[in-house]
Amino acid sequence: MYQSKWRIFTNHTILILGALFMIMPVWIAFASSTHTREFIFQNGLQFWPGGHMIDNYGAILFDPSATKGRVTALEMLFNSMVLGLGFAIGKVIISMMAAYAIVYFRFKLAVPLFWVIFSTLLLPLEVRIVPSYEVVANLGMLNTYTGLILPLIASATGTFFFRQFYRSVPDELLEAARLDGAGPIRFFIDILVPLSVTMIAAIFIIMFVVGWNQYLWPLLMTTDDQLYTIVIGIKQVYNSLYEGGQIPQFPKAFALTIMATIPPVLVVVIFQRMFIKGLVETEK
Amino acid sequence: MKRVQFEHSAVPYLFIAPQILIISIFFLWPAAQAVYQSFLLEDAFGMSSQFVWFRNFEDVLSSASWSRSAIFTVIFSVLVAVISIAISLFLAVRADEVIRGAKSYRTLLMWGYAIAPPVAGLLGNMMFNPLMGDLYKAFNSFGFEFNHIQNANDAAFVVILIAVWKQVSVNFIFFLSGLQGIPKSVQEAATLDCKSAERRFWTITFPLLAPTTFFLLVINLTYAFFETFGIIDVSTKGSPGGATATLVYKVYVDGFIGADLGGSSAQSVLLMIMVSVLTVFQFRFIERKVHY
Repeated sequence: MYQSKWRIFTNHTILILGALFMIMPVWIAFASSTHTREFIFQNGLQFWPGGHMIDNYGAILFDPSATKGRVTALEMLFNSMVLGLGFAIGKVIISMMAAYAIVYFRFKLAVPLFWVIFSTLLLPLEVRIVPSYEVVANLGMLNTYTGLILPLIASATGTFFFRQFYRSVPDELLEAARLDGAGPIRFFIDILVPLSVTMIAAIFIIMFVVGWNQYLWPLLMTTDDQLYTIVIGIKQVYNSLYEGGQIPQFPKAFALTIMATIPPVLVVVIFQRMFIKGLVETEK
Repeated sequence: MKRVQFEHSAVPYLFIAPQILIISIFFLWPAAQAVYQSFLLEDAFGMSSQFVWFRNFEDVLSSASWSRSAIFTVIFSVLVAVISIAISLFLAVRADEVIRGAKSYRTLLMWGYAIAPPVAGLLGNMMFNPLMGDLYKAFNSFGFEFNHIQNANDAAFVVILIAVWKQVSVNFIFFLSGLQGIPKSVQEAATLDCKSAERRFWTITFPLLAPTTFFLLVINLTYAFFETFGIIDVSTKGSPGGATATLVYKVYVDGFIGADLGGSSAQSVLLMIMVSVLTVFQFRFIERKVHY
């Protein structure tokens, strides 16, 4: 297709400006995380990296006092990993199974149960946050991984993705499987699950990022430092920046921010193709 | 539904049971609880409560802080949705045209999806930090008397900017794949008929993207309603004086910090109603109006 020189030039200029708009805040946070706190305090945010990267990141990762609590960033990263993986795995398994029942079976309560699942779309966790907290507290699940993960799974997004996908699977497959004498469980495990592998991977990636980035629920749920995820940890560190009349530890707070950002960004960039396919195809 | 289905009595219940169980415990129960509590009034010490019918709702609806928050939420959501959609559409059109470096540009513009809202809030918070924030200094050196700590409009500007920044990449991903789905033959025919790239965009490309745009509008409004909680909580915390508190943020502040359970539950129920209306609207109205 014909493009004028001027159009090509403006295209690149605009895209570079757009990319800078996205990257700049993160870059400045990174560069500022590699200086000493005195330097940042006197000179403000930095554009060029300094020489204290290993000191700052090392302290954050292994020294609990650097994160103003009893946990190190390494433990927070572990908690975030548990939350991200647990959320993604739980969501994929539960919604695959539920969607299978809805699409492939004729049973009495199919319609009412479908509407129960659908109703969860109407009401995000943020809206029913206070009663949800009470329920989890009544069940004695505060400060546990179970209490952290299960309420987040109670939404139907994944079920709808899989429902869409199953409906696009040709009916002939099921007919053939039945002729060969396969029962419903056999059909699910031997045919449907292998067919859905790319779909599972795409949804898994999206859900991992969503789980990792959870904020409000872990914030309420985890009063015990030991369960802080890294996203919550950042908030605690920022909150205590101005305490105690010392020079604020901006560089270490930035280091924590960068460390919270790297894992989900890596996942999204590395599995880009799969991730975009999953996002665009499922949400339509 | 499938033409061919299994007829089995127990198996489907077995498969659907885990989801229904989790939904009943962590969704239906708390939702019912919210509705029930919205009719209760607790005394100051939380010792006893009495049934007061719609008094909590009357209190909420007549309170100045709630209507202010509602107005802010609407303005905020519309601005965030429109601005971030406009920026990403502009970028996606350009990214769809370039040939050299197309993949790199795509990566550089889409990775932001993975940033957590509170992280975005913190980055914004730091850029506008009066002690050292570059943007804070820049605005003030240009002669604006920028002060987001005291001025409500400036604070709203900060929150909107962060929320838009966070949302651009999601919209970009959808627009780019929408653009790439437009057949090459259509684009070539349009190029023959019309030399001006801008007119071509408004007459051919944009109408073809209408379904994507409508879909994104709903997604973005939902985002601005609910997911910006993290951004607000770490940037302005609703200050000054609740001027940048969205309805969701207010539910949290009143319920957890103010310990006003009845009022907070009534707000939750009002939000539920609003979201239900939005969802029904999305399914009934938009689906029919936009032709694919």
